[in-house]
Amino acid sequence: MRFLNIEQKRPRIAVFDFTGCEGCELQLVNKEETLGPFLDAIEVVSFREASTAHSDDYEVALIDGAVTRPDEVERLKAIRKRAKLLVAMGSCACFGGVAKLKNAFDLDEANREVYGDLPKETIPAMAVKDVVTVDLQVPGCPVSKSEIERVVQHLAYDLPLPSYAYPVCLECKQRYTVCRFDLGELCLGPITRAGCNAPCPAGGMGCWGCRGPAESANYEEFFALAAERGFSEEEIQDRLRFFGGFEEVK
Amino acid sequence: MTLSQESPKKIDLHVDVHHLTRVEGHGNIKVRVVGGQLAEARWDIVETPRFFEVMLKGKHYTAAGILAARICGICSIAHCLASVRATENAFGVTVPESAAKLRLLAKHGETLQSHALHVFFLAAPDFLALPSAIPLKDLKPEVFGLAARLKGLANRICDVVAGRTTHPVSIQVGGMGRMPDKYVLQELKSQLKRAVDDLDAAVAVFQTFEIPDFVRETEFVSLKGERTYPFIGGRLLSSDGAEQPESDYRAMTNEYVTEDNTSKWCKISRESIAVGALARLNNNYHRLHPKAREVAVQFALAPVCHNPFMNNVAQLVECVHAVHDSMRIIDDLVDAGPAETMARVKPSPGQGVGAVEAPRGILYHDYEYDEQGRIVRANCVVPTTQNNANIHYDLKAFVERFAVDGMTDEKLELLCSTLVRAYDPCISCSVH
Repeated sequence: MRFLNIEQKRPRIAVFDFTGCEGCELQLVNKEETLGPFLDAIEVVSFREASTAHSDDYEVALIDGAVTRPDEVERLKAIRKRAKLLVAMGSCACFGGVAKLKNAFDLDEANREVYGDLPKETIPAMAVKDVVTVDLQVPGCPVSKSEIERVVQHLAYDLPLPSYAYPVCLECKQRYTVCRFDLGELCLGPITRAGCNAPCPAGGMGCWGCRGPAESANYEEFFALAAERGFSEEEIQDRLRFFGGFEEVK
Repeated sequence: MTLSQESPKKIDLHVDVHHLTRVEGHGNIKVRVVGGQLAEARWDIVETPRFFEVMLKGKHYTAAGILAARICGICSIAHCLASVRATENAFGVTVPESAAKLRLLAKHGETLQSHALHVFFLAAPDFLALPSAIPLKDLKPEVFGLAARLKGLANRICDVVAGRTTHPVSIQVGGMGRMPDKYVLQELKSQLKRAVDDLDAAVAVFQTFEIPDFVRETEFVSLKGERTYPFIGGRLLSSDGAEQPESDYRAMTNEYVTEDNTSKWCKISRESIAVGALARLNNNYHRLHPKAREVAVQFALAPVCHNPFMNNVAQLVECVHAVHDSMRIIDDLVDAGPAETMARVKPSPGQGVGAVEAPRGILYHDYEYDEQGRIVRANCVVPTTQNNANIHYDLKAFVERFAVDGMTDEKLELLCSTLVRAYDPCISCSVH
């Protein structure tokens, strides 16, 4: 089939869930106004949360969630062997996400606290890239469906992949959102990768950095700005650690 | 799906579903019938443990709601609401009236979103003999269209009121981060008006579905509606007559750990309890919007209904309630004009519980705070955690009744899967 004189490929896509809230998978069936064309552009061969149909013959694997148990490590390796292209979808898959917050605790003690004397198997949470090679990372908590659509357009029509080098601040300016710093709040917008269209500052909350660092983020200037506005080291660290995307920052 | 009620014959049946499809999270069904006798029927949760109750410790109150929302991608608004309510109860904060209205509107958005997702995309394929809702796009475009429109409208409500569909940003300790623009609310109301026709069409679609005739006497737990159909806070009620204040949720849950499950189980006086749309409807039928009650009557759904498959219909009834009540709230908000949406918040050491009706049933968050406004202890009891034991015992009773002559492994697998899906389990949520 040709579309605008471009040969359309219909990528065979499989969706897999690991440890997480499955909110990123839910985004795949959101954005209802373009849901029809989206589903026409791809062939969904496996998507447990939405379909009973299943096949191991796929080209693209979308991975949702972090890896937190040995059987997940094995499952992920098997998927990597079959997939031509493996996409980490969402902050848990890309960075470990909030699942990684448990790594700050002693896991035996955590187990006792939740399960008493019937502990369950668990290992420190890992991002997908800690286990297998990842071809493409689409961060966000949750991912933006528009960005997933851009990935599908790339796979189906060879359109260029989106690249968001600039920080969230730019998108706030584009939609005339009042700066959260100016309202006396902390915001990671100056150092966080854009592409989400900045819904949090517009909804009344400073950015928590779910998409990880913007390219060549100016940390020095950001820390100076935050200190100047009176935010404590603890407050800033709480945010940087929250979604696991800023591990490079000390 | 017509099923005869004959006496069990000497048949052997075997069902082994690993990672049930079209549900949120990972659960397994195992059934063995030998010589007409039930040897085993189990529902097991094998989701990876996530330890949110541990991760919440040490978190500042401003971060608790954000983290709690991540327990579930489908009912993140309910988790965020239960979380901020627990914190507000711990600090003794009362939210402004406008914020309470906005919260209920966001809650309706989520209920409609989650129910539309479940009844059309997860449950309906069972009744239409399809692997998923995707083929509906070409087979029954009018049904696919109305499902997508209803879900789209629900997401739009959440975007407008909570700042985002999944993982809300405007629901904060003390109230709501912003008041949506009047014109945006009015436009939303006109979309809600148009949804009424889609709901009528949805009812007609559901009337063609053959719902298995199965009852097992069950204790239903939900919030108790004093004047309105309940969604946020209030007293707790069981259909067996037990009643407790919100703060005594433990007496209504009695969580315990089992060997084979990463989710806990719950019970009161029977071996299990059920929560969700059917429980809410059974306990609060007369508080439903009259238009929603009309739909219940069309399906002969009246309290106390003990058929778990009717939870699908109860969800549809609640969609009608959510749409009509949302229009009323928007009128209220627009009439009242601009209003303060945030109360002053001053953290203080203490403990608080927040109970909210998530789409899949009553949800509790319980936090204890230190003087810095950081959590020292957290406990969350999630709807599917409360339903898991009931699903398990339902399966046993269901197989005992339907393991009759003419039953095949394939048919039983579909029926058992349909039964579990009727509960709309949110498994990763139940493990949290």
